[in-house]
Amino acid sequence: MDFLNYEFMQRALLAAVLVGITAPAVGIYLVQRRQALMGDGIGHVAMTGVGLGFLLSTSPVWMATAVSVLGTVLMELIRWYGRTRGDIALAMLFYGGMAGGVMLINVAGGSSANLVSYLFGSLSTVSPSDVTAICVLAAFVLLVTLGLRRQLFAVSQDEEFARVTGLPVRALNLLTAVTAAVTVTVAMRVVGLLLVSALMVVPVAAAQQLTRSFTVTFVIAVAIGVAVTVSGTITSFYQDVPPGATIVLLTIAAFMALTALAAPLARRRARAAAAAQPAGDPAECSIPAARGAGEEAGV
Amino acid sequence: MTSEPVVALRGVTAELGARPVLRGIDLTVGRGEVVALLGANGSGKSTAIRTIIGQVPASGGTVELFGTPRRSFRDWARVGYVPQRTTAAGGVPATVAEIVSSGRLSRTRFGVFRKADREAVRHALELVGLADRAKDSVAALSGGQHQRVLIARALVAEPELLIMDEPMAGVDLASQEVLARTLRQQVEVGTTVLLVLHELGPLEPLIDRAVVLRDGCVLHDGPPPQAVGQHALPGHDHVHPHAPAGAEPIRTGLLS
Repeated sequence: MDFLNYEFMQRALLAAVLVGITAPAVGIYLVQRRQALMGDGIGHVAMTGVGLGFLLSTSPVWMATAVSVLGTVLMELIRWYGRTRGDIALAMLFYGGMAGGVMLINVAGGSSANLVSYLFGSLSTVSPSDVTAICVLAAFVLLVTLGLRRQLFAVSQDEEFARVTGLPVRALNLLTAVTAAVTVTVAMRVVGLLLVSALMVVPVAAAQQLTRSFTVTFVIAVAIGVAVTVSGTITSFYQDVPPGATIVLLTIAAFMALTALAAPLARRRARAAAAAQPAGDPAECSIPAARGAGEEAGV
Repeated sequence: MTSEPVVALRGVTAELGARPVLRGIDLTVGRGEVVALLGANGSGKSTAIRTIIGQVPASGGTVELFGTPRRSFRDWARVGYVPQRTTAAGGVPATVAEIVSSGRLSRTRFGVFRKADREAVRHALELVGLADRAKDSVAALSGGQHQRVLIARALVAEPELLIMDEPMAGVDLASQEVLARTLRQQVEVGTTVLLVLHELGPLEPLIDRAVVLRDGCVLHDGPPPQAVGQHALPGHDHVHPHAPAGAEPIRTGLLS
């Protein structure tokens, strides 16, 4: 446990735990509304924020938060108004954001090492002020994803229906997008902007191999998230490999392991269900009754 | 029948993209009435329903719910809505109870569930005969059972008005019977029902009035049309709902 003796590792681990909790907590709503790749887009846009932070010599984390929040608001507006050409507009936003970031870092005299640390994550660069920012942002993400879980579930499950229950659908969509943007910047330091999206999506995909309910999927996804970010961070310390890549590969390994586990589990559940209903589901066995009605009428 | 109508559409027009879908329709549903909206594919039935709930904006005319213009209507707990869906599932697994619970949000404050809310979920599932499947994933259900989940989700808020878009589409016969029975119980306690149907089918005895649309105009507003010939035979599966080409629709919107 000698890695705990290093202050930079203590900071990196704290950040890793918060990333492990928040990324799947937001990601589950994105997966539910079938926008799994939204996090990837936000990651690209956030790059411009990092570049601006360099150029203006302010905190890249806060600057990236501001720019990615702005970017997601723009993405939501495009989704509302630009129905037909929406995907093209989004593509321009994503790659424009990435290119802008690379350009700004270059203009600001940043090195390619800076760039790589933001794109793929780095342990030694989590500064004490980053930790403060990450804690504040993670608290916001948890407040939204847990406090409004019923509302976000309803809107992500069926937007049209949610509108008729009187929920402020647009405001909730915007809040989901902003929360996802904030999560991207929370995760940026440890996992890196290009790999953030994996941590939002893959733990949820892995958890749902085993689960039947949303609540249980949420809990297992967060557990997988924390397990892979912490173990990935520690591995990265000992093996001197990039943390972002390690974490993402571990997450995918977890997904494959759970998928392999899921097949026998599904078989056992099917057997249990068959045993509970020996006569079969009565709702599926009523064809003779319908025939009878037709015969009486002399068809 | 002195009370104001539950649903009132006057001269409503709507477009999808550049295509006019509703060309001035009038539709009123009185308290306790069961009104079926009929018509061929593309006649504007679903769009008419969706202007009522605000999913599609009406470009002209007025839409009122319980006497209040739709834009300022806030009392959504009085409305239960069953959208046209082939599945109740989303991108993440969810149990039957979780899906039905989302329909109860309009009755809660800030989404906090109390004992009465959980009781309402259980009761709604009993109404559609799925109480024993509450903890199952919706992904494990049949098409007809999906539809029953969607109807339980609409009923769980105990609405006064039930709006349903093709509740019988793709539903097996047994589920159709459960749905017809559920609807009958609702009508008996005074719920107002507006539903889009492809054909009257097993719901026919419940329906007070039928409104037939064609090309975005009201063609018929009165007693349900009687099925004739082969269509009248029990068990007839009506699969060719095409309107005759070139028939001139009656533009009732212009008369009012």
